[in-house]
Amino acid sequence: MTERLLPTPSHTIGPFYGHALPFPDGGRVAPQGHPEAITLHGYVLDGAGEVIPDALLDFWQAAPDGSLEGAPGSMRRDPSTGGFLGRGGVDFTGFGRVATDADGRYALHTLPPGNAGLPYLSVCVFARGLVHHLFTRAYLADGADPLLDSLPADRRATLIAAEGANRTYRFDIRLQGEGETVFLEFQ
Amino acid sequence: MALTQSDIDVEIKDLQDAYDKAVAGGALVRNHPSRDYPPYRSSLLRHPKQPLVAVDGGDPETVELSGPVFGVTDITEHDSDLTIQHRGEPIGERMTVSGRLLDRDGRPVRGQLIEIWQANAAGRYAHLREQHPAPLDPNFTGVGRTLTNDQGRYRFTTIKPGPYPWGNHTNAWRPAHIHFSVFGTAFTQRLITQMYFPSDPLFRYDPILQSVTDQAARDRLIATYQHDLSQPEFSMGYEWDIVLDGPSATWIEEGR
Repeated sequence: MTERLLPTPSHTIGPFYGHALPFPDGGRVAPQGHPEAITLHGYVLDGAGEVIPDALLDFWQAAPDGSLEGAPGSMRRDPSTGGFLGRGGVDFTGFGRVATDADGRYALHTLPPGNAGLPYLSVCVFARGLVHHLFTRAYLADGADPLLDSLPADRRATLIAAEGANRTYRFDIRLQGEGETVFLEFQ
Repeated sequence: MALTQSDIDVEIKDLQDAYDKAVAGGALVRNHPSRDYPPYRSSLLRHPKQPLVAVDGGDPETVELSGPVFGVTDITEHDSDLTIQHRGEPIGERMTVSGRLLDRDGRPVRGQLIEIWQANAAGRYAHLREQHPAPLDPNFTGVGRTLTNDQGRYRFTTIKPGPYPWGNHTNAWRPAHIHFSVFGTAFTQRLITQMYFPSDPLFRYDPILQSVTDQAARDRLIATYQHDLSQPEFSMGYEWDIVLDGPSATWIEEGR
């Protein structure tokens, strides 16, 4: 094996990405009106328990049939106006992006992931003050799982979204302190 | 009491010395910044204190070994030229910025999305929360996106951003930079970072750049002036390659 290249270091997303990265329909991964749509929602919090109003969350997940192929069309562009067209509502791209609002809250409307094992969404967290993104997983069910089973009970609980009424799942992300979310590294 | 640049300089130096000493003693080189980097004050309450939990990437069913895909519908032709997005020409030094998107094995990452955003020539972002009293340029938004080509290459036309002040401490100035957001073939390779320009005198004062404590790693964030990339009577050329970290599924390689 040849010598591997050294990676480009990460940097913070900073405070001024708001006119660049979020896009209309970023959080609407499910076709509108789809009968099986679910909503994953929650708050992003800092080490003092304060909400973070300038976090950006990227989501990636399997399609309901388990496919990890994805599809283009998450951020369709309008060649005549240069603006965003919104999703086409036909293909399931598996990709979502949501910035937290002034109250530190996010919501993702999507379809249940059909990956092998317990269903989960992969989440990548960016924020001003965070110099290197953080990965976590929002599990939509509890059960046997190699990652969950490797964690103590209190930490395990931070990865499991709480099911609510009307096909909603509450998943808060705590960057630091009590109830700190389990963050992941891939090897 | 307001923090001065010299207060921050001392903190930066202490952490730099500690890192250099650790590496000299055999510690691993750090390619990425430490999330706990106090000279950048916003990091204090925004980094986890528990260690990251390792996920074995050897399992091909791991969702994160695949990732989002983008295509021709996700960009327009104008998106990679930040100087033609308005009625008039933006003010500033016109640049061509180009480079390759690679994985750590040197393989080009093809057809993937690169998004950029930046301040204008006066150091002002077109963002409402930005309060720096430098002029906005009605002909410059400072946002671009493109897909890498079959060689993994990207190319933007833009203007050189100015340095700008920020509130980390008194008289804090960011060196001129362009923000880059990139995707690999796997979600594990996701990266947001910043590209700098050669020989900026602000480098040593900037806690964000210095949060990368390894000098060689910092150098990888600085573009190279590339005369062959400069276009006669038009633009200055800067070359900057991006190398993505993180495992990816090799079985995905063929289809992309």
